[in-house]
Amino acid sequence: MNYRRIIPGATVDGFLIGKQIHSGGMATIWEVTHPELNLPMLMKAPVLDEGADPAAIVGFEMEQMILPRLAGPHVPKFIEAGNFMVQPYIVMEQIPGAALLPWLDHLPLPYGEVAAMGAKVAVALDSLHRQHVVHLDVKPSNIMLRPTGEAVLIDYGLSHHDELPDLMAEQFRLPYGTAPYMAPEQVMGHRGDPRSDQFALGVLMYFFATGTRPFGDPQRLSGLKRRLWWDPPPPRALRSDFPLWFQEIILRCLEVNPAWRYPTGAQLAFELMNPDQVKLTGRSERLKRDAFTTVLKRRFSEDTTASVQIGTVASFGASGPIIAVAIDLSETSGPLAEALRMTVAQILASLPGARVACLNVLKQGVITLDTTLDEEGRNKHVQRLVELKHWAEPLKLEEGRVSFQVLEAPQTAAAILRYARANFVDHIVMGARASSARRTLLGSVSGEVATHAPCTVTVVRTRRHHRTEYGDGANEKSEDSWTVG
Amino acid sequence: MLIALMADIHANREALEACLRDAKGKGAAKIVFLGDYVGYGADPVWVVDRVMDHVARGASALMGNHDNAVSDLRDSLTADAQMAMAWTRGRLGSEAREFLAGLPMRIEDETRLYVHANVQTDRRWLYIDDRNAATRALHARQAQAVFCGHVHIPAIYGITATDKIVSFKPVSDVPVPLSPQRRWLAVLGAVGQPRDGNPSASYALLDTKKSEITYLRVPYDIEATILKIRNAGLPESLADRLRKGQ
Repeated sequence: MNYRRIIPGATVDGFLIGKQIHSGGMATIWEVTHPELNLPMLMKAPVLDEGADPAAIVGFEMEQMILPRLAGPHVPKFIEAGNFMVQPYIVMEQIPGAALLPWLDHLPLPYGEVAAMGAKVAVALDSLHRQHVVHLDVKPSNIMLRPTGEAVLIDYGLSHHDELPDLMAEQFRLPYGTAPYMAPEQVMGHRGDPRSDQFALGVLMYFFATGTRPFGDPQRLSGLKRRLWWDPPPPRALRSDFPLWFQEIILRCLEVNPAWRYPTGAQLAFELMNPDQVKLTGRSERLKRDAFTTVLKRRFSEDTTASVQIGTVASFGASGPIIAVAIDLSETSGPLAEALRMTVAQILASLPGARVACLNVLKQGVITLDTTLDEEGRNKHVQRLVELKHWAEPLKLEEGRVSFQVLEAPQTAAAILRYARANFVDHIVMGARASSARRTLLGSVSGEVATHAPCTVTVVRTRRHHRTEYGDGANEKSEDSWTVG
Repeated sequence: MLIALMADIHANREALEACLRDAKGKGAAKIVFLGDYVGYGADPVWVVDRVMDHVARGASALMGNHDNAVSDLRDSLTADAQMAMAWTRGRLGSEAREFLAGLPMRIEDETRLYVHANVQTDRRWLYIDDRNAATRALHARQAQAVFCGHVHIPAIYGITATDKIVSFKPVSDVPVPLSPQRRWLAVLGAVGQPRDGNPSASYALLDTKKSEITYLRVPYDIEATILKIRNAGLPESLADRLRKGQ
């Protein structure tokens, strides 16, 4: 079979081949144009030479299967795939932005810059995981940033799709990945846990913020396996001014046991975007590696690998949602506050990985400059935070699972919606007043949120009886709550 | 072209009706029936009649072990199946019997091979239920893709030229590409008696242009089917297992 038709000036299935922009051991990449398609495109073709790595071909098969099934701004848009019997290729959108690879020349980078980039990648990973894919090769050369800011993950040759046959897993005994970034469970041959990508991102952030790779660049399997028991120096050992919150996040990503990392990419992004909400544990303050004897014990303990709890893509998304509860502080002790709390408790009971953000909107006039102090001279913002915590106290949520935010904005619904979008909230829970006199007058906040929310919204109400004791209940819904999908 | 693949109907009228309706709605241009139209269920006459009708209009139909057992008394079946078979024999007319007896053991169509159970030998009804069995089956023939039923549990196997085999449990509604650099064996779920824990009727759609197979699940009125099995005096276990899909 003659596969060598891809040369500049040639036409393959209507695509005119332009400049070659990459030539590696696994694939070659060309710029292409098409008379009917008006966007910058790339054609990727596998290297099929005699003696080529068989993984190149299988990886290409995987990418041909996975890429067409992915959507959204965090992946290159799929255009066309070429049949293996004629000429295998993939044509995809050429991402106009830049790859992260050149950043390596400027390490270490400022913490804020690394955290902001990390948050973007975490959001991209979350989107990928929700589409049933674990990337398994997260590294600077596979991450690009669009001019609009979103991170894009490229190269799905080593990826795993939990609804498609995993050709890589079946065909190769050795773990495939990139040595410095590979998660311990991936080294052990597990390819289905989305949190493996979080580990790789942790390595990347560690590397970018300290200039040092936490696990070096081992060339043998034995060297790769070392990360199962050998803990890297905490970033604070390398840079004494390393922020506690950032060390906390990075070391949590680098946990050997995936179950101790963040439940989802969205939750990791949430922490990176809200440093003041990060719950600091012993991880944040460590200044040196574990004692030699501890490391040695781990090295020779069978538990080290046995206790690793591997997850799957399927079990992942649903277990770690971000739930925003919008609380009207004028009613922190009434029946509605109680009903709202009960609804949240019921949701959390079934979702041990869920994270709760308690929100209140401090209304600000558009024209008048509000004073931040109330009549008695107290700071309104602080007062609201105190009240939010008071509302949540009976839920007995452990620290680190719950955060409190007072949003200052002129419009309540818009503020809640903006927060939900920015923080990738999965579920908004809020109360609606039983009495509708104000609602009729001002419009319903819950109604507006339910209509425009990017996620599920549960509107909680106290049960009313049919007697029109409030004067307007006859035609109202009488359920305790309902969910808007 | 979209080909509907339906195996192991087992005299379940409600399940077959639901799958035929679903396939029509999704634009299937052809149907291949992969055998076992009778046995277990209470509607053998209606089901065989329906299959004959479709074959007269261009569908293909293979012989299954239960169809063979209608006339071949030597074929061994489990106790429940034996009981249901005795009941079935008493109901089928001569036209249906002749139709079943004349069905082919395998059908080849371009690069595709359809069989009921296994490809190696005729009238020995082996189960392809693991990688070894799949490897043996794929070694026996050179077809690019083999489709079979008989196991009642959906599975896909793919083998490379160097004998590396991938096995996979297909997910409903997700198209699986059958890429040309491998040879494939697709085991279909059962229309009329699923055994993978999901009671809904199972069939698949093969897109020959895209070379993709999509396994589908179709809900049907299981209680109506169960009532008929009970009223016919067939073993209770045959009714019960439909509800559980086991």
